[in-house]
Amino acid sequence: MNAVAFGPVLDYSRRVVPGFTILLMILLAQLPVPLPFFPDITPALPLMAIYYWVVFRPDLMPRILVFALGLFQDALIGAPFGLSALIYLLAHGFVLNQRPFLVGKPFWVFWTGFAIVTPVAAFLTWLLASVLRGAILPTDVVLMGMVLTVVTFPVIAWALLHSQRWLVGSAETS
Amino acid sequence: MAKRNASISVAGLAVPFRIWGQRFAFLGLLALAFALMLLSKAETGALERARTAIVDATIPVLDVMSRPIEAGQSVAQSVESYFIVRAENERLLEENARLLRWMLMAQQLEVENATLRAQLDFVPEIAPRAITARVVADTGGAFFHSLLINAGARHFVQRGQAVVSHGGLVGRVAEVGDRSARVLLLTDLNSRIPAVVESTGDRVIVTGDNTPWPTLTYLASNSPVSVGDRVLTSGHGGVFPPGLVIGVVAEASEARVTIQPAVPLSRVSEARVLDYGVNGILPPPEQVPARLAAPVAAPIASTTAPTPGAETAQ
Repeated sequence: MNAVAFGPVLDYSRRVVPGFTILLMILLAQLPVPLPFFPDITPALPLMAIYYWVVFRPDLMPRILVFALGLFQDALIGAPFGLSALIYLLAHGFVLNQRPFLVGKPFWVFWTGFAIVTPVAAFLTWLLASVLRGAILPTDVVLMGMVLTVVTFPVIAWALLHSQRWLVGSAETS
Repeated sequence: MAKRNASISVAGLAVPFRIWGQRFAFLGLLALAFALMLLSKAETGALERARTAIVDATIPVLDVMSRPIEAGQSVAQSVESYFIVRAENERLLEENARLLRWMLMAQQLEVENATLRAQLDFVPEIAPRAITARVVADTGGAFFHSLLINAGARHFVQRGQAVVSHGGLVGRVAEVGDRSARVLLLTDLNSRIPAVVESTGDRVIVTGDNTPWPTLTYLASNSPVSVGDRVLTSGHGGVFPPGLVIGVVAEASEARVTIQPAVPLSRVSEARVLDYGVNGILPPPEQVPARLAAPVAAPIASTTAPTPGAETAQ
């Protein structure tokens, strides 16, 4: 019936959901939350979404998409183009590589994996930003942001899990 | 089934090619990222135009997304004010009495000033025009300190203009799109503001270092600056108009003097872009539309800034 007619359209819209959740995370991370110091320690929401989707639906998370979303974030935050794109590309490559150790494991393994990815990504971002800006940037806020990112990960993972259940499906390709 | 088998066999044949292709794509994108970073560092016009175009396109979305936060903030404020209404009323009554005395004094001084000016043939100062805009994004995280506001070239915002909020300096306009602009906060590493310490008259530069407390540089080592002294813009260099409050001295040690910005920068929800017509040392931005090149004689009040519109600062 209708489901048949709308099948391809529905299927296509399901496939773009992961990309859209990352886009949403990028925008959410920029919102002006009126808390002292919060802009400096905003959790790395897009990194959470990238990690989640690379582990669960790598087929819907091609590296060119991650790269493009990184460029979009760079444009928005006023960073040199390529900075976030590079970090997301490396995170994508690393997680894709380690995926066999993460798929089908209990949540704490999944979370631990993220707790390993986050500091590396944060350190690389700090290093690149420091080099590009020609000064050693403060590290205390980076550390706090990192902790906040790892601690809030389950909340975002839970939201993404539901978006996957309702909208994307769990068809595995590998 | 047949289709599936066919695709597997084709994939099987193509595996080495695919792996090489993927590696090449990965390395290619890595190289592209590095190339873009270097190009951005060189500040090519094309990349900056691409950036403002992207920000311009995203601003309406951010504008909508940031509204609930603003609403939440005002709800929180009204709840808070409900609980402190008595104390607040007492404080306001006291303040009102004090301000009334000041008002009388100001009126007397105004008359005296007018008389003296008339005797001197004083050329009156130009009152600045101001554009009020909403802050729709607090971007950059720990590494780049900037805000995005929902007013741009079409609202006569120009690069280099000073941005204030609640009477204190926030930063300056660094990039201008058609309907958006990026405000470089005074805490950013790239921010340098010629300033003067009110009590001692020392000329200094307020230098951002990406911490919440910018430092005062070029301060004479024997200067009697102490904690609590106000720091104002000096107007030197012609980028910022003189007399805007930047902050108060928060730490004054031998090694360094830092200030606490007068405006809580993480809570700025509305920003006022001041146009004093002083764009001194900044190079004229090449992307400013032609209609702005002419002196803005058109009354600013008639332009439609996204929120409260345009007004004139005192």
